[in-house]
Amino acid sequence: MTYIRSQFRHPNLPKNDLGYTTTDYEGAISTLCAGCGHDSISACIVEACYELSIAPHRIAKLSGIGCSSKTPTYFLGHSHGFNSVHGRMPSVATGANMANRDLLYMGVSGDGDTASIGMGQFVHVIRRNLNMVYIVMNNGCYGLTKGQDSATADEGSKSKKGTVNPFQAIDLAGLALELGATFVAQSFSGDKEQLIPLIKAAIEHPGFAFINVISPCVTFNNNPGSTKSYDYVREHMEATATTDFVPLKKEIKTNYEKGTGTDIKMHDGTFIRLEKLASSRDPYDRLAAMNALLISRSKNEILTGLLYIEPQSTDLHHTIQTSDRPLNSLEQYELCPGAMALADFNRGFR
Amino acid sequence: MKPTDDKNPEYFHKVVDCQYACPAHTPVPEYIRLIAAGKYTEAYMINWESNVFPGVLGRTCDRPCEPACRRGRIEEEPVAICRLKRVAADHKDDVRSLMPKVPFEKNGKRIALIGGGPASLTVARDLAPLGYEIHLYDEQFAGGGMMRTQIPSFRLPIGVLNEEVDYILDMDVHTHFNTYVSSLREILDKNYDAVFVGTGSPKGRDINIPGRKEAAENIHIGVDWLASVAFEHTHKIGRKVIVLGGGNTAMDCCRTSRRLGGEEVKVVVRSPFKEMKASPWEKEDAMHEDILIFDNHMPKEFIVENGKLKGMTFEKVHAVFNDKGKRSLVPTGEPEVFIEADDVLVAIGLENTFTWIEKDTGIAFDEWDMPVVDAVTFQSTNKTVFFGGDAAFGAKNVITAVAHGHQAAISINLYCREEDITKRPSPFTNLVSQKMGIHEWSYDSDVVNDLRFAVPHADKKATLADRKIEVELGFDIQTAIKEAHRCLNCDVQTVFEKDKCIECDACMDICPTSCITFTMNGEEEDLRTRLKAPALNITQDLYVSDTLPTKRVMVKDEDVCLHCGLCAERCPTSAWDMQQFLYKVTKAC
Repeated sequence: MTYIRSQFRHPNLPKNDLGYTTTDYEGAISTLCAGCGHDSISACIVEACYELSIAPHRIAKLSGIGCSSKTPTYFLGHSHGFNSVHGRMPSVATGANMANRDLLYMGVSGDGDTASIGMGQFVHVIRRNLNMVYIVMNNGCYGLTKGQDSATADEGSKSKKGTVNPFQAIDLAGLALELGATFVAQSFSGDKEQLIPLIKAAIEHPGFAFINVISPCVTFNNNPGSTKSYDYVREHMEATATTDFVPLKKEIKTNYEKGTGTDIKMHDGTFIRLEKLASSRDPYDRLAAMNALLISRSKNEILTGLLYIEPQSTDLHHTIQTSDRPLNSLEQYELCPGAMALADFNRGFR
Repeated sequence: MKPTDDKNPEYFHKVVDCQYACPAHTPVPEYIRLIAAGKYTEAYMINWESNVFPGVLGRTCDRPCEPACRRGRIEEEPVAICRLKRVAADHKDDVRSLMPKVPFEKNGKRIALIGGGPASLTVARDLAPLGYEIHLYDEQFAGGGMMRTQIPSFRLPIGVLNEEVDYILDMDVHTHFNTYVSSLREILDKNYDAVFVGTGSPKGRDINIPGRKEAAENIHIGVDWLASVAFEHTHKIGRKVIVLGGGNTAMDCCRTSRRLGGEEVKVVVRSPFKEMKASPWEKEDAMHEDILIFDNHMPKEFIVENGKLKGMTFEKVHAVFNDKGKRSLVPTGEPEVFIEADDVLVAIGLENTFTWIEKDTGIAFDEWDMPVVDAVTFQSTNKTVFFGGDAAFGAKNVITAVAHGHQAAISINLYCREEDITKRPSPFTNLVSQKMGIHEWSYDSDVVNDLRFAVPHADKKATLADRKIEVELGFDIQTAIKEAHRCLNCDVQTVFEKDKCIECDACMDICPTSCITFTMNGEEEDLRTRLKAPALNITQDLYVSDTLPTKRVMVKDEDVCLHCGLCAERCPTSAWDMQQFLYKVTKAC
């Protein structure tokens, strides 16, 4: 691969509210395989952060180990980053978030990093509703070690060598719903129109926002018989609704027919608009979401879009009543109020 | 939009901006690559085949290629194409053995060429190797036409010109120099099988304002004066010189004046500075030689005292445009300006003169007294007479004359073989993949950030003292190679095969200049606004695929594509490939 990408950019690139172009949100050139779904997801993250006009230095990107976890190098080159131990991204994210609640935490993980080695961390970060975006780039295989089946590979899915996976798959979206996640979405790396608004909504969500993105491994899992290939996913995708993220300033212009759409109001006044939402679908109903997911799975379909949202979620800081301000903004007298304060405090327990 | 027909060679030809803009369609990126590889002889021959005078043009070409260069759209300056051409000419080996061989046995057809300039010489170059007997008539003592008389030696050393003229004259061309053709009838009576008129636009336009007659001794027509200098008849000019006109002839006049004793040389032009016809680099070079340019000055009168020219008065004007964009120069009402002068050179335009063509020769003339010439075949209303160069459609430049010459030669060859001259040969094209390995290309795909390198100049004091010292020194090899690397290889095309595409969007994500978009199809106007970066340059095409499985189409805006090959490297299925496109205009030989 020519690991050189020219510095020249299109002279007419549009600019966002901060005066930045998408270039300011890019990272280094990707070293993943040509055509990897992960690169598309990286591009979606770049696009979402650009469109929301988030200052790059207000973002912290975190990851574990794996192809997916390499991607933070390839987006948001001007943001903070931490490439942690395998499967341990959630604890690092929790620590960082506890120390500085003002940053946007963008966690990126893979199916191995989340559903195998990191499962213990994953379930607890959901349970605590840590305010972060958690994107799983899910390709159903261990691409970095020659494509062995991962824990999310569907039962009956065929590998490149032709062997059939005999094990049940872990459904990460279903698991997140079960554990009480406050924002659960599912998407496909080959569908940017759906994924970008979902990432934007996830960024705005005040709590744990989980997006499971099917991302084909072109090298080891894009063969006939695989259930995570470009062709298979395109054929079996079923969208809950057309998702659109409506930022605060944008006036709502289109009026769609009753019963075909819903606006989900976010805490800061922005909207997630779900168009062509099936009448039986209710994005606020966790039980219905779990049902829909199971029904789709039984029909061999992949349900995508926003599955469930709890707009008024309370995140971990709120629950455990931490400081309102980031620790790095606290003065010494606030952090260490002195012996008198300690004495007063202790007296309260007597 | 309908899918782009990339099987039509004209589509990819247009992507190679420089080659497309060149009247002779010289394969520019092809020879620039050869220069970068140190293959100067090969680079020279590619040029020679196409434009016949690489050494001359590498110094004096009007360079229509450079404003077209894609590099100029992604950074400030285009590639120094013209000066790279000169590098090939300066550093080549002996090329005589590579020239087409002229058959000893002729084919029995005789062709007369009237005028020994670039158009006629190109016709000779194309027809002589086919066995035609060529007779070249020119009033001067040597060939080259205006390249010899109009281009001063400090821009074009005579040795360079002689060398390239001789390559052609050595093809058994019968030269009739010092022979002014005053009657076309006489030539026709000699029963040539075809006659080519390449007499250029030899007459300088005069100015008719008060005082012109009285001061005649010190007023010179620019082109005549330049010729007189070139032929060593004129060696001096007054200390104070006014040059009227804003074209390249005016620039040559003022710079030559500086070398013949002109100390205070002023160019006075009616139009605003920006709209002057002279090439920007010619203006820069003139100003570098302490020549002042006064724009927006309309000549009013030559002031003569005691029978001697004292100077000129001018009225100040400014440009006003009407609704149709037509310019008129309106007086500003400011007081007249007087400029002192010992000599005035008039360089306000060139005119054709066909007084030597008799009415009964069957050649029709239009309302502007120009011959009626077919724009494709260059045939006049007399089937045996062909025109080319400035004589055909008015004053242009050397490279246009060469392009005309090639086409006229094709017509003459077909005509002499009694074939249909309107059936033009199709271009020679070739499209070859550059893939060497998974991520390796046989061309230099990385894009360098270097800005345009300046060509070094000889010491000003020395060049102003001797009109024969060439001002530009040409690139040294090191700089030439660096400049050559600035070329984006626009002839290495991004070729898209819709059936292989799996729509992973990798190409769209990696493209540094956001050229590629996968989106729903629409009308061109609408599509141009919906791309990743709006496609505002409508002179550049959109490359549109057929509908893909997800109902979208691939749209590529050719405007600022860097031809870096990353789309093809990122493509897992080789739906994108980098393929080198060669386009050569077919010639008679």
